[in-house]
Amino acid sequence: MAAYFSSLNPVALWNAAPGGVAQGLIWGIMALGVYITFRVLNFADMTVDGSFSLGGAVAVMLMLKGVSPHVVLFVSFGAGLLSGCITGILHTKLGIPDILAGILTQISLYSINLNLMGKANQAVPVNSVRVFFTSNVRYLGQTLTLTLVVDVIIVAIIYWFLGTELGSSIRATGINPNMSRAQGIDTNKMKIIALMLGNGLVALSGGILSEYQGFADVKMGQGSIVIGLAAVIIGEVLAEALVGKRLNFIMRLSFTIVGAITYYMVYVFVLWLKFPADDMKLLTAIVVAAFLAVPYLKEKRTNSFSGLTRRNAKLEAASAQVDKEDA
Amino acid sequence: MLEIRNIYKTFNPGTINEKKALCGVNITLNDGDFCTVIGGNGAGKSTMMNAVAGVWPLDSGVILVDGTDVSGLSEYQRAPFFGRVFQDPRTGTAGDMQIDENMALAARRGQRRTLRWGVTKKERDEYREYLKTLDLGLEDRLTEKVGLLSGGQRQALTLIMATMKKPKVLLLDEHTAALDPKTASKVLAATDKIVEENHLTTLMVTHNMRDAIHHGNRLIMMNDGNVAFDISGEAKKKLTVEDLLHKFEEVTGGTFANDRMLLSK
Repeated sequence: MAAYFSSLNPVALWNAAPGGVAQGLIWGIMALGVYITFRVLNFADMTVDGSFSLGGAVAVMLMLKGVSPHVVLFVSFGAGLLSGCITGILHTKLGIPDILAGILTQISLYSINLNLMGKANQAVPVNSVRVFFTSNVRYLGQTLTLTLVVDVIIVAIIYWFLGTELGSSIRATGINPNMSRAQGIDTNKMKIIALMLGNGLVALSGGILSEYQGFADVKMGQGSIVIGLAAVIIGEVLAEALVGKRLNFIMRLSFTIVGAITYYMVYVFVLWLKFPADDMKLLTAIVVAAFLAVPYLKEKRTNSFSGLTRRNAKLEAASAQVDKEDA
Repeated sequence: MLEIRNIYKTFNPGTINEKKALCGVNITLNDGDFCTVIGGNGAGKSTMMNAVAGVWPLDSGVILVDGTDVSGLSEYQRAPFFGRVFQDPRTGTAGDMQIDENMALAARRGQRRTLRWGVTKKERDEYREYLKTLDLGLEDRLTEKVGLLSGGQRQALTLIMATMKKPKVLLLDEHTAALDPKTASKVLAATDKIVEENHLTTLMVTHNMRDAIHHGNRLIMMNDGNVAFDISGEAKKKLTVEDLLHKFEEVTGGTFANDRMLLSK
């Protein structure tokens, strides 16, 4: 035990922290995409595992062709829009249930990504093009600033968009599709737009991450839906705890990114504790399950059948106390 | 104004659950008619409403609004013609959105949803003034979530949303059935006021015979997916609950009115 603790190096943790923040900021964009589909549209979109890798694959392959690293990110975003559109069409025009529609697109993107890259992974040509989002320690400050700026711009754009007539219609579609149709909103169109936007952001995030880590991998998106959900949910729990009632929409969006950063800081910390990297997905699943369960269990504590005896006993004790005081 | 011509709808055709819900219904509402619709469970009242609103396509038949055939349009496409209030107060509003946001969605019924701001300050002021005239205590709660309102308030808000952009026809599908009697009568009073002021052509389904008699200028009784009885003008004014019960026994061939109708006498 003592040997284990003495093997932990605080300096290593300190050095790893900025990388964790950078990863969090990059995955935060992905989490915002998940926020749009999962929270705003109320659609459990499994496409993201595929569209995240797609963003990475597109970015790296175009960079290999000599396209500049910032232009490729727009193409990544566009590819994401397209993949979201396909899930939307499968769901709205062909009547395939939401989760299955997402899985179908996701699985087909696996083949598409392999075809795009020609093999399972492709490295960014570091020498030929200078990437903007780099994990190179020398430029990490620049990467952090740049990702932060990109995140702020994206939060601002989402905030604006969801406040417009179109955005309001998307929100209404997610909350109450019957009411939306009665008010003349084409709910199918709104679903497709939201899925496109969500996956566009996810693919953009994938593109940036591939620049950051220096390669794209066909499996880089695997399980990303869970990381996105983790960020959204951790962000919500933190926001609830820190801001409480004054929570407004721009805070919700910002806290999604805070959630992603928190997730990656925990990730870095757990790795620093010499947790095997192979177990990280298991750990993520446990964290997400725990955070999802907390609101439910909290509600159950105050509102359950089995708790009734306890609550009654409490009431009785309280009234006995009052009687005693009266006497 | 509203013309329902020979509409048919069968649910689950060819299966053991086959239900002939509408069997050649014909109704013509004149401009400004306020028509109440009663009938037992399964008579086709709500089905008829949903057919008009376009929740699903008809098997056959035509629905005309102001001479325009809307029966080929989907639900959202024909929404500009109709204002709708539903039985469940939660159905007509988006609970997780603010009152002003809900109203702004309704104000844009029939318009393209653009990238302009969803609710402008000017609109918000207009809504506040408008809500003031209705005296529901909602004018100071514009930015509150609709989910925080009571059932009656939500139903009143739905009614406002259905009528703030004047519809060709107002469809009320048992919109007071889920409310307590006191709230129900308040919402009905608001309905009368709004219908009268805006001279709205209205179709109101109800289970309550008394409400069906006391509101509107016309009454239709439905049975087995068809119109069994249609009365208007002076004759309707003289109608009593007893008359209706007799009529009901007559059309249903002796079987007595169901409990819910009796209870709501």
